[in-house]
Amino acid sequence: MSGAYLPLLLLFGVSILNAVGMVVTSHILNPRRDTPQKLMPYESGMIPLGSTRQRFSVKFYMVAISFIVFDLETIFLIPWAVQVRELGWSVFVAVSLFVVVLAVGLVYEWKKGGLEWG
Amino acid sequence: MEPISGIWAYVAMTLKVTGIFTLVMIVVAYATLAERRVSAWIQDRRGPNRVGPFGLLQPIADGIKNILKEETLPATASRVFFVLAPMIVLVPSLVTFAVIPIAAPLPTPAGVVDMIIADVPIGILYVLALSSLAVYGVVLGGWASNNKYAFLGGLRASAQMVSYEVALGLSLIAVLMLAGNVTLTDIVWQQQQLGMWFAFPLSLAFILFVISAFAETNRLPFDMPEAESELITGYHTEYSAMKFSAFMISEFGHMVTASALMATLFLGGWDLPGSWDNAYWHEGQLISGFADDGSVILANPALWKTAATFAGFAAKTGFFLVLYIWIRWTLPRFRYDQVMALGWKVMLPTALAYVMVIAGAILFLDEVGLDWGFSYGLVLTGVSGLATFGFMFFLDRGKTISGAAVKEPQKSRVDRVPQPAALGE
Repeated sequence: MSGAYLPLLLLFGVSILNAVGMVVTSHILNPRRDTPQKLMPYESGMIPLGSTRQRFSVKFYMVAISFIVFDLETIFLIPWAVQVRELGWSVFVAVSLFVVVLAVGLVYEWKKGGLEWG
Repeated sequence: MEPISGIWAYVAMTLKVTGIFTLVMIVVAYATLAERRVSAWIQDRRGPNRVGPFGLLQPIADGIKNILKEETLPATASRVFFVLAPMIVLVPSLVTFAVIPIAAPLPTPAGVVDMIIADVPIGILYVLALSSLAVYGVVLGGWASNNKYAFLGGLRASAQMVSYEVALGLSLIAVLMLAGNVTLTDIVWQQQQLGMWFAFPLSLAFILFVISAFAETNRLPFDMPEAESELITGYHTEYSAMKFSAFMISEFGHMVTASALMATLFLGGWDLPGSWDNAYWHEGQLISGFADDGSVILANPALWKTAATFAGFAAKTGFFLVLYIWIRWTLPRFRYDQVMALGWKVMLPTALAYVMVIAGAILFLDEVGLDWGFSYGLVLTGVSGLATFGFMFFLDRGKTISGAAVKEPQKSRVDRVPQPAALGE
């Protein structure tokens, strides 16, 4: 079965070569006439104020945590999904319990305002 | 018919890898042209039509221009990551296509060749894993630019892509329940066996998947990461020349892959109506179906069948590509909090509930003893139709559909002008 992955390896090689080749070719061929203004971060013509490396909204962290929880749930559901007809009702009940527990978590996060933005 | 083997298998593999890779690159190049031409058409202007007949050589001119153009590397940027990000974003978008079958198996004198780069047993999991890798390049590009707008674009991209990936994965689960396997070849085969494409028995999953795919590819109405009215161009603000081009190629590459995926999962892939083109490897034999007594019916692959099914696949993928452009000029952009609310408060609970409904329906139909086939699909179509109706009804809540019909008629300017009789009183 490992032979099935051989074309993928070849495709990865072609793609990486293509990606690197594009950037390198352009780097060799293009003219470089740098000026201090040209190398400034572009902020619609304004002179940049302050650093970019500042603190940002904690909301993004909440989204990342919720994503891990629910994406893992999806991964747990996939093995059941492909075998759903063979496994029958008893496993359906078990999976329902699993989904309900996560749904309660979602409702809790929702009510606590974890899904609100701004 | 035997599968291709020996030295010819390696020849076929090399040809398929280079052929399909080139095909995807050409489709990506012409998707950029199609977008500009269709945009122009929708806005009643001409679009690029000077380079070659109908502007058909425009992508080549763009490529040459982008390779020769001067590029800037901001003084404050993190040099290594700034150069690395376009490559990281480009590779996943080019390799994801590998597990999507593009046509019926092709017979050659040396054996039958599957029209797919790699029919790996992990199938759809490979697509999920690689398509989510693209977000790293986007975030890295935004962060390394050391530009506030680029940084905000990268942050938005990461939050939006992970949010919609949940709904995307959950709507896929409904497909996997019907297909019984994760390889895309099996998903196409089960749609042929069921006698209908999964867009009908799984209509709600189809709708959720299309919406999530739009959000995943950062296309309007979900193009928050590059909202040009708010963030200049978002995460690739500082990129120019070929590095910018790499971001564009990756975006269109994701669009092409997502279109092909939607066509494969919900519109039967390369399947055309009727069972004449069915082909599937079953215990070493290429079969087109099972007879009533359980014996296999051998398939009869032919060059014209491969060509016809490939045309069908191209038409379905092209439909979704045009849909992408069409929707871009139809719907306005969301507000960011609305994007997140739709993902977490509407798509996720709906997808979760729908998975359980479909699982229950499948188990119930098996309990009743209905055979796997067209009538099975019809019952599921009914269940899904009800679910879709409920979903639309809930989303609407008297706002969009009925809202427009019962809205107070606006007073025209003429009504507001005082009438002579009124003046006289």
